[in-house]
Amino acid sequence: MSRTRLAVGLVLLAAAVLFPALVTLPYPRDVLIRIFLFATLAQAWNILAGYCGQISLGHAIFFGTGAYAAGMFVAKDIASPWVAMVVGAVIAVALSQVIGAPVFRLRGHYFAIATIAVGEIVHILAVNWELIGAARGLYIPIKRPDSLVNFQFHQSKAVYYYIVLGLLLLGLGVTRLIERSRLGYYFRAVREEQDAAASLGVAVARTKRMAFAISAALTAMCGTFYAQYVLFIDPESVLPLSLSILICLVAVLGGVGTLWGPLIGAAVLIPLGEATRIYVGGTGKALDLVIYGALIMVVSVAQPAGLVGIARRLRRAA
Amino acid sequence: MTLELVLQGVVGGLLMGLVYALIAAGLSLIFGLMEIVNFAHGEFLMLAMFASFWAWALWRLDPLVSLPLTALLLGVLGWATYHGVVRFILDAPMLAQIFATFGLAVFLRSGAQALWGADFHLVKDPLVQGRVTVAGVFIGLPQLVASAGALVAFGLLYWFITRTETGLALQATAQDRQAASLMGIDTQWMFALGWAIGGACVGVAGGLLATFFYVFPDVGASFALLAYVAVALGGFGNVPATLAGGVVVGLVEVLGGLLFDPSLKLIGVFALYLLVVLWRPQGLFGRF
Repeated sequence: MSRTRLAVGLVLLAAAVLFPALVTLPYPRDVLIRIFLFATLAQAWNILAGYCGQISLGHAIFFGTGAYAAGMFVAKDIASPWVAMVVGAVIAVALSQVIGAPVFRLRGHYFAIATIAVGEIVHILAVNWELIGAARGLYIPIKRPDSLVNFQFHQSKAVYYYIVLGLLLLGLGVTRLIERSRLGYYFRAVREEQDAAASLGVAVARTKRMAFAISAALTAMCGTFYAQYVLFIDPESVLPLSLSILICLVAVLGGVGTLWGPLIGAAVLIPLGEATRIYVGGTGKALDLVIYGALIMVVSVAQPAGLVGIARRLRRAA
Repeated sequence: MTLELVLQGVVGGLLMGLVYALIAAGLSLIFGLMEIVNFAHGEFLMLAMFASFWAWALWRLDPLVSLPLTALLLGVLGWATYHGVVRFILDAPMLAQIFATFGLAVFLRSGAQALWGADFHLVKDPLVQGRVTVAGVFIGLPQLVASAGALVAFGLLYWFITRTETGLALQATAQDRQAASLMGIDTQWMFALGWAIGGACVGVAGGLLATFFYVFPDVGASFALLAYVAVALGGFGNVPATLAGGVVVGLVEVLGGLLFDPSLKLIGVFALYLLVVLWRPQGLFGRF
């Protein structure tokens, strides 16, 4: 890493850490929290899809797993949401292995559509499962006073902010580690040419399952955070196909298979959604999605490496 | 569960299945030609239904009357999609191929919502309405007309692909792009034609559905998912077999609702998709 890059990174990190001290208004904090949340989700998806080449369109399953783990643990007073975060991640990993065993035999479009099918099955099951509140969803009981153990903070969003910042750094750190490790080379080998990778001795099936497990665990942790942040979950908010798609869109716009792509994508898409809502107005107009869709189309056609790819090309030209 | 109920379900599933088959036919044709899945297919259907709805709302044209117009409109949309988007991603990585049409889907769906709102619309007082009773089984006339129309459209498509010179050129392009172009077939033109025909198929299906189904921006998503299953059952690229695929999907959907619970009926369909692609990735009727 060059010296300037390190300096830029440190300045950004310092700014991120100091942000709640400088901005006390809840709204900008909320926007940043959601940017970080979606950046982490997109990073988790990126590990599987961007590095290992397995395009999952059903990642909401794992988000929902984490969210419902928290919901059930708190609603039934079983344990702290932090325990739920770990348990949710473990269940998500187990689920990913059960799903992956058959589905990873498929390639390309077959795989992508199969993940939609699995996602929809889980969604429908959740809507009909009385134990977890079925279509009504779950309210997470409010606990007072604010405490880290309860994972609820009603006075200020600052602690939520630092928790999600921690998740983001975890996502970035894990991705960085993977990039540098032998596993990361396996991932990219499987993505580029599965048969060639296999012939060179890469355990293809195990590599894919590994990517899926890491990705699922990180996604589930974000789900737990979401449940504790919003305090209400239902199948329509944590399990829909549209959430799976939004996660992909963030990563695809920013740059798939790159370390910073997901964060850049989230930093563009989330404020864009906010801005259209504020300046154009009218909820339910879905104008932000019109722009997302157009952007994704243009990016896919013109520069599949996303905004990161565009930035690289500009730097090379300069 | 009585026999009548089962019979009623089978008839209902059969009728809807034929419409699913027509939606799936366009998808399968495009996939066979260039191995690209049109993830905006459901949104094409949604636009066709909205076109029918607006023709009725503005000019009092029944969806069945405006059907040729809807088919033409969607054919043009398919053609434009090929030239505006798909042409550039023919040799792109899988990811770009998937997300280009995915982006189009999000764009069209939310565009429809921004323009016309998320409300449900229904064509009131359509040309064909009511129902007939055959041997104790109720058959909705709009559904009957829709499935008959789908069958006719499917027949035309089959005739076109297998009996006309252009259709044979399409098949040749699907089999081997390079060999076809060496034989003097303009493959670019064939690709665009494939998208236009795929669009026209879904245009006919949308027009037929609009006679009895609610029209709203998200309507395409559920139909598209069923169409993917129908395509997989028939074998990606095998257009005639999607007819059987669509009917199977229609039957499984209805019988799943009868056996378990109506809210669970789609689980059977998606489980079927997973079983088929895992057991026979080439589809139930695929050759290779």
